[in-house]
Amino acid sequence: MKRKHKRLTFAGIGLGLLAVAAALVLTAFEDSIVFFHSPTDVADGKVEIDRRIRLGGLVETGSVQKQADAVTAFRITDGANVVSVTYTGILPDLFREGQGVVTEGRLMGEQFVAEEVLAKHDENYMPPEVADALKKSGRWQEGSDKQHPADIPVTTKDSYK
Amino acid sequence: MLNYFANPRRFMKLSGILTPWMAGATLILAGAGLYLGLFASPADYQQGETVRIMYVHVPAAWMALFCYTGLAISAAVGLIWKHPVADVAARASAPIGACFTFLALFTGALWGKPMWGTWWVWDARLTSMLVLFFLYLGYMALNSAFDDPQRGTKASAILAMVGFVNVPIIKFSVDWWNTLHQPASILRMDGPTIHPDMLWPLFLMIGAATTYYLWVLMLRMRRDLTEGRVRARRQIQAEEAGA
Repeated sequence: MKRKHKRLTFAGIGLGLLAVAAALVLTAFEDSIVFFHSPTDVADGKVEIDRRIRLGGLVETGSVQKQADAVTAFRITDGANVVSVTYTGILPDLFREGQGVVTEGRLMGEQFVAEEVLAKHDENYMPPEVADALKKSGRWQEGSDKQHPADIPVTTKDSYK
Repeated sequence: MLNYFANPRRFMKLSGILTPWMAGATLILAGAGLYLGLFASPADYQQGETVRIMYVHVPAAWMALFCYTGLAISAAVGLIWKHPVADVAARASAPIGACFTFLALFTGALWGKPMWGTWWVWDARLTSMLVLFFLYLGYMALNSAFDDPQRGTKASAILAMVGFVNVPIIKFSVDWWNTLHQPASILRMDGPTIHPDMLWPLFLMIGAATTYYLWVLMLRMRRDLTEGRVRARRQIQAEEAGA
């Protein structure tokens, strides 16, 4: 075996082992790598109570209620389960019904008290006219990526204002 | 083929012809891409004008991964086959890639504040991208950390190859885990989810970033190779004078 072949074999085996090791580590730490938990995780009891966690999903259509003193109550859904959330403060511009959000806070009984609300943007980019045309023709899909099943009814984006 | 380009003299000749073409292509593509992206393309239905950050952010992030892949392959070729031009290519790629990575992180933060409501979060995509930035810095530091440049080249080449594990992690982080960052819009199974009016300027900008990389890469490599020749000649002269 020539020396360069030896080096090639060595590098190949080394990188192969490294890839396996990385895959094992990432699988083992999966729970800490996920940025947010879904309402289904909460329903399954996978989430620790009394700890700061992030809860993410779609803002359920028709669930947003503005209350006094800048308190907003809404529900987060992943299509299967729903969690009620309250938040005090200013919401990000992209916060809308039917839109993805990630909230950070604590679970108090059944109620999630959010201290921070982040809007999650999806992977769709289009001009407003195209979005309107899609909505009119009924081909509109919102939140169609995997955490957000597309079977959630859609409202127009101005419904929350 | 590898052996053909491993000859520094042949590389100097070829890159001398290609460099001005790459410079011209960069100017044309970036000019067209910036005009279409910043003026002629529509605003987004949700993000409004903020969507235009994408025309810088996506090419920068793309190139951050592209440069690192190039760096890791060059480092591997240099380490295994001992091709001198490959080592030069790896070393020349690193600062360009680091700049693109910084640009992606920076424009991402600028976009994140108005859209998400935060400059930064520690989700899988953003964190792995920051790790990539540190990998570039680590590579550059290790490369020049030794008195004997050959040891630096070898040590940093191993770092570059090990760090390559991070590249697929960055790409697939948005699919494997819940992240705040949105999933892929261009390279996905069911085709792009970006409207053609926005996709074309984006492609032009990605093309511009790629030709810019090749242009600056060749400039840097030519400089390194010339410097090496000058140093070698000086050494010979010094030895002759001493003899």
